[in-house]
Amino acid sequence: MPIRPTSTSPAAATATVSQRAVNAFSALLESRTGQQISAYRSWRIDTALKPLMRARGLDTLDQLAAALLETGDRCLSDQIVDALLNGETSFFREAPVFDLIVEAVAALEARQRRVRIWCAGCSTGQEPLSLAMLFAERAEERGAPMPDIVATDVSEAALARTRAGRYTQFEIQRGLPIRRMMRWFDAVGNDWAAKHELLRAMTVRSHNLAADAPLPGMFDIVLCRNVLLYLDPQTKTEVFARFAAALRPGGLLVLGAGETVIGQTDAFAPSRDLRGLYERVDGATVAAATAAG
Amino acid sequence: MKTCLVVDDSKVIRKVARHILETLDFSVTEACDGREALDACMAAAPDVILLDWNMPVMSGMDFLRALRDSNIPTRPKVVFCTTENGMAYIRAAIEAGADEYVMKPFDRDTLESKLQIVGMA
Ligand SMILES: C[S@@+](CC[C@H](N)C(=O)[O-])C[C@H]1O[C@@H](n2cnc3c(N)ncnc32)[C@H](O)[C@@H]1O
Repeated sequence: MPIRPTSTSPAAATATVSQRAVNAFSALLESRTGQQISAYRSWRIDTALKPLMRARGLDTLDQLAAALLETGDRCLSDQIVDALLNGETSFFREAPVFDLIVEAVAALEARQRRVRIWCAGCSTGQEPLSLAMLFAERAEERGAPMPDIVATDVSEAALARTRAGRYTQFEIQRGLPIRRMMRWFDAVGNDWAAKHELLRAMTVRSHNLAADAPLPGMFDIVLCRNVLLYLDPQTKTEVFARFAAALRPGGLLVLGAGETVIGQTDAFAPSRDLRGLYERVDGATVAAATAAG
Repeated sequence: MKTCLVVDDSKVIRKVARHILETLDFSVTEACDGREALDACMAAAPDVILLDWNMPVMSGMDFLRALRDSNIPTRPKVVFCTTENGMAYIRAAIEAGADEYVMKPFDRDTLESKLQIVGMA
């Protein structure tokens, strides 16, 4: 980039102030959610915030940053955080994992009562609804009990969409087999809406993994997939500890395909029976697990 | 390499679908109506067929019935790909033996996802 002689050149001014804006947004996102915007993702800030800028009649990121810093408007900062969170998801994402979950639930049912599943970082609801469909079908076919499914996210916008269970044509066609769409969704205008019986199968609530105490009540399985990728190591370790506190002994943790607990916590170890899932280890076995690892 | 037969009377759709399918490592052939598609299947059955609904000469539904009644030894997977997006159409297609259904317009993610569902990607 050519260097202009005066510091008042518009290009130079925009460049520096924009960096300040980017820093302000990154700091806000991290303080609220623990999510870090690494350098290579920072270009997305502009795209992510454009609709909000337009809605507020602002032309530049700097104006938005100024509005944020000067007014301290909580509503605006919530909207910025929502817009910056990456909500990428789809139905039956990494499909084979769902078979493992069904297997795990069947094994638990053979031994005990009602199974409880926590879907942490549920985004717009495709993940908990995928679980709800699987278990509702099992219930229909052989009267198997429905597990409790609790879906949480830090983004209010994502939670509102999860509660509504309404998807565009593009969203409904990602990962969802057509027979399941026919069974569990109704056409509403150009969108597809989950049937009430499916929505009723899950409890949706707000929860910030980086700040809030673990959900009360003991869970058998926690899914937290593609959420912890951009948390700093310290926060990740804390989140794992909270998951351990929310799980019964031997409870399972399900992470995204590229994620692991190894090197980040002693509270979980790879499950022997269910490859790719992690098991809560009891205090006594923690040392052994670390030594073995 | 898996083979896919794209059946659509629109040259543009065939081109778009071919492009996406080739990036997904498919070897692609094309037909512009059900009749041509049936001939192509008789000559060499593909692994999967991407099938439009409304076409001249022979519609997607008529093709599907003819394929079902034919004596082709291996039955290709059939993925409807059409602007007929109502539930009644979808149900009819599935009852007639289609394996999956893509509502147009589609993109790469949609196609890849549906092909994965039928075990082809
Ligand atoms: C990429 S999506 C993953 C959605 C789903 N779990 C999946 O794998 O398809 C990540 C989600 O985590 C949520 N998230 C990010 N940080 C969070 C936090 N600190 N507490 C709760 N949810 C968070 C985001 O709002 C977003 O909806």
